[in-house]
Amino acid sequence: MPVLGAFIIKTIWWMPPDGSLHGPAADGLLWFNLVVLGLLLLLAQALLIFVFLRRTHPNNLSERGPKGSKGLFSSTHAKKLLWRYELLPLIALTLLYTGLAIAAQRLWAANRFQGASPQALQVEVTGVQFQWYFRYPGPDAVFGSTRAELVNAPAGNPLGLDPADARGQDDIVSSVLVLPAGREVDLGIRSLDVIHGFFVPGMRVKQNAVPGMEMHIHFTPTIPGDYPILCSQICGSGHARMQTHLRVVPEAEYKTWLSQHGRKRAAE
Amino acid sequence: MTPYRPFSADHRSIGINYLLLALCAVTIGTLLSLFMRIHIIAPFLRLPFFGVVPPEGYLALVTMHGTLMVFFVLTSAPVNGFASLVLPSQIGARSMALPRLNAVSFWLTTLSLAVLLAAFFVPGGAPISGWTNYPPLSGIAAAGPGQATGMDLWLISIGIFCIASVLHAVCLLTTIWTRRCAGMFWARLPLTVWSWLTTAVLMFFAFSVLLAAVVLLLSDRHFGTGFFIPKGEVINGMMYDRLHPHADGSPMLWLHLFWFFGHPEVYIAILPAMGLATSLLANFLRRPPVSYRFMVATTLAIGAFGLMVWGHHMFVSGMNPYAGTVFGLMTMAIAVPSSGKALGWFAMLFQGRETRIRPLPSPMLFILGFLSFFVSGGLTGPILAQPVLDAYLHNTYFVVGHFHLIMAMAGVFALFAAVYYWFPLMTGRLMNDRLGKWHFWLSLLGAYGTFFPMYDAGLAGLPRHYAQLTGSTSTVASMLRLQTGITHSALLLASAQLLFLVNLFWSARRGAIAPENPWQATTLEWTASDLKECQVSHSPYEYRFDGNALSPVMQCSFQQKQE
Repeated sequence: MPVLGAFIIKTIWWMPPDGSLHGPAADGLLWFNLVVLGLLLLLAQALLIFVFLRRTHPNNLSERGPKGSKGLFSSTHAKKLLWRYELLPLIALTLLYTGLAIAAQRLWAANRFQGASPQALQVEVTGVQFQWYFRYPGPDAVFGSTRAELVNAPAGNPLGLDPADARGQDDIVSSVLVLPAGREVDLGIRSLDVIHGFFVPGMRVKQNAVPGMEMHIHFTPTIPGDYPILCSQICGSGHARMQTHLRVVPEAEYKTWLSQHGRKRAAE
Repeated sequence: MTPYRPFSADHRSIGINYLLLALCAVTIGTLLSLFMRIHIIAPFLRLPFFGVVPPEGYLALVTMHGTLMVFFVLTSAPVNGFASLVLPSQIGARSMALPRLNAVSFWLTTLSLAVLLAAFFVPGGAPISGWTNYPPLSGIAAAGPGQATGMDLWLISIGIFCIASVLHAVCLLTTIWTRRCAGMFWARLPLTVWSWLTTAVLMFFAFSVLLAAVVLLLSDRHFGTGFFIPKGEVINGMMYDRLHPHADGSPMLWLHLFWFFGHPEVYIAILPAMGLATSLLANFLRRPPVSYRFMVATTLAIGAFGLMVWGHHMFVSGMNPYAGTVFGLMTMAIAVPSSGKALGWFAMLFQGRETRIRPLPSPMLFILGFLSFFVSGGLTGPILAQPVLDAYLHNTYFVVGHFHLIMAMAGVFALFAAVYYWFPLMTGRLMNDRLGKWHFWLSLLGAYGTFFPMYDAGLAGLPRHYAQLTGSTSTVASMLRLQTGITHSALLLASAQLLFLVNLFWSARRGAIAPENPWQATTLEWTASDLKECQVSHSPYEYRFDGNALSPVMQCSFQQKQE
């Protein structure tokens, strides 16, 4: 077991560094959970081992038997045991679980009950087998309409952008997600084919992309860096390679990136 | 003991049939899992039967492993198998209330298994969408290899299984309700029976709903309905609607229907194990549970809550976040009766610390193993019940570790305990205790080595269902060493099961002849007398001091007079 422990610690331990505004609170809660429940786990396993190893004198039974037996089957004794070993610890555990639930639900409510602020950066995320696409609305801040029958990845229109829609002319489609640090982003997540799972471990964000629906999640990336984006919902034979990157960059760099991509699209 | 007649409607024979069927399923399921484990760390290795496994081959292994284990092992063996074997005699009945229905249910289950395994041999192979089979991946044949005929076979197989399980649930409920012998009041039922009763109620509701879901999905696939598939699907660059016009549907409906079945299913697998644990602890500690009522109440509470928490599988699925809150709180609530159960067992262990028999025989060891896994798998349940934490951990290896410890390992260890314990009722012989102990310790080591490190992989953010640890991101590639360790442990765990197989087949022919009541138990399945005139006069699990030893007080007074 110590070898195994050392092996685990050496290979990888704990979560990837957090780069989001809401992450530290959730990580703190997870830590607290792991420590408290981990201690309970150790306590329980220790009790099991104790029961297993404990040796009593074989004579004990006959000496203490009659007395013990009288006690065991009397209802007051049983009631005492019930309270001491079952009900009281259970009340304590219930309080613990209640505390955990309240703490967790407050964070959940803060993250999910309300939409993004109106100033948030809008990006549309689309999952298709086995690729993520990210669409920025461009200078007009409005997404052009898309139509399923126009989807044609080989011809450079993987999302089915409608060329007749003027609002879509300046839309930017990218296969990596680039976001400015320190600004809230509102992701509209959709899928063209099957259910995918949009998972950014470094942002502590996960949301399924469900065809026929558009799900919104919002968060604020804070620390510039490169964060893996993974697919967390089995989506077909290429599920494991449906990976891409989130690049969180300073605001200025983000503007540069955006204008370069905008020009590229205009040149087409 | 009646002779084993596989084609009769005799409940013991049907019980043995179910267990043999589960043994086939668990053997295949384990082999598939080994192929998966090896494929993860050595994707280009040539494996027997499969050759070099392609990514879709890996997903087919995942799907079939999960389906075999959940349906044909963890449902078939603890509920259908052991309940058929011992439930009638435990309540003093000579047979099931509906013996033919019981037989029909078994043969349907066998048919269902055959249909499922046939999926390996059809063009495209077995389905690749995991045992949960979320549409549209499972609804559209073009969505991947194995999603055509293979998927149809999966749906048909599970449909048949659902019918069999509902029939079996009806059979169990009727038997418990109508066939209890004189004096077998509700408050005298062995706790295994209470567990089977609760399980049967869950099975009745859960499998009915799954049957409906499966029929609806088949109808979407073949009759142009639109329950689960939205409009505007583009699969492989093709408009799906153009070739298959259909109404607008939503995959979320499948998720709700599936998990309405899927979560109670977890309790269907583990509730019988809980009843068994209490019974066996009482038996080997020579002490009744501290509070019989407390144990019954927690069983019923787990069953009742179990029907209301399915949404915790869907926190990030696109479900309304307010629903996430409700399901999160309900799930946290189910931790209370579950913890109560564990406390009840620890109280029994503490109370019986001096009277317990020693050395502990193998069934008791496996129950202690069950307890250990129940705690180490169960305590991560409250973590996953917190939606904000699940938003990170959902569908990572953390979840894989969680349910393999609490459902698979705890469930299977309880099954082993049951096999070692009730083996005399099947064969008239005892299993070899020394081999049983080796089997226990090696399995315990292998199981912890396999599934505990998965928590770590999950915390590191590794999603499940990944065929290869490659790709452009660092998260996945860095997991190779941890996964290699897990694979080695899994090989140890699987090899240890060879000891069990050897023990099983050797003991069935050559094992020591079992005395009438080898474990000094108090429940009625151990009375050899004709139970026709049985008059129950005692609670289960009573022991009295007899000289300087504890002797069992058989529930049945008829037996007492004979002594």
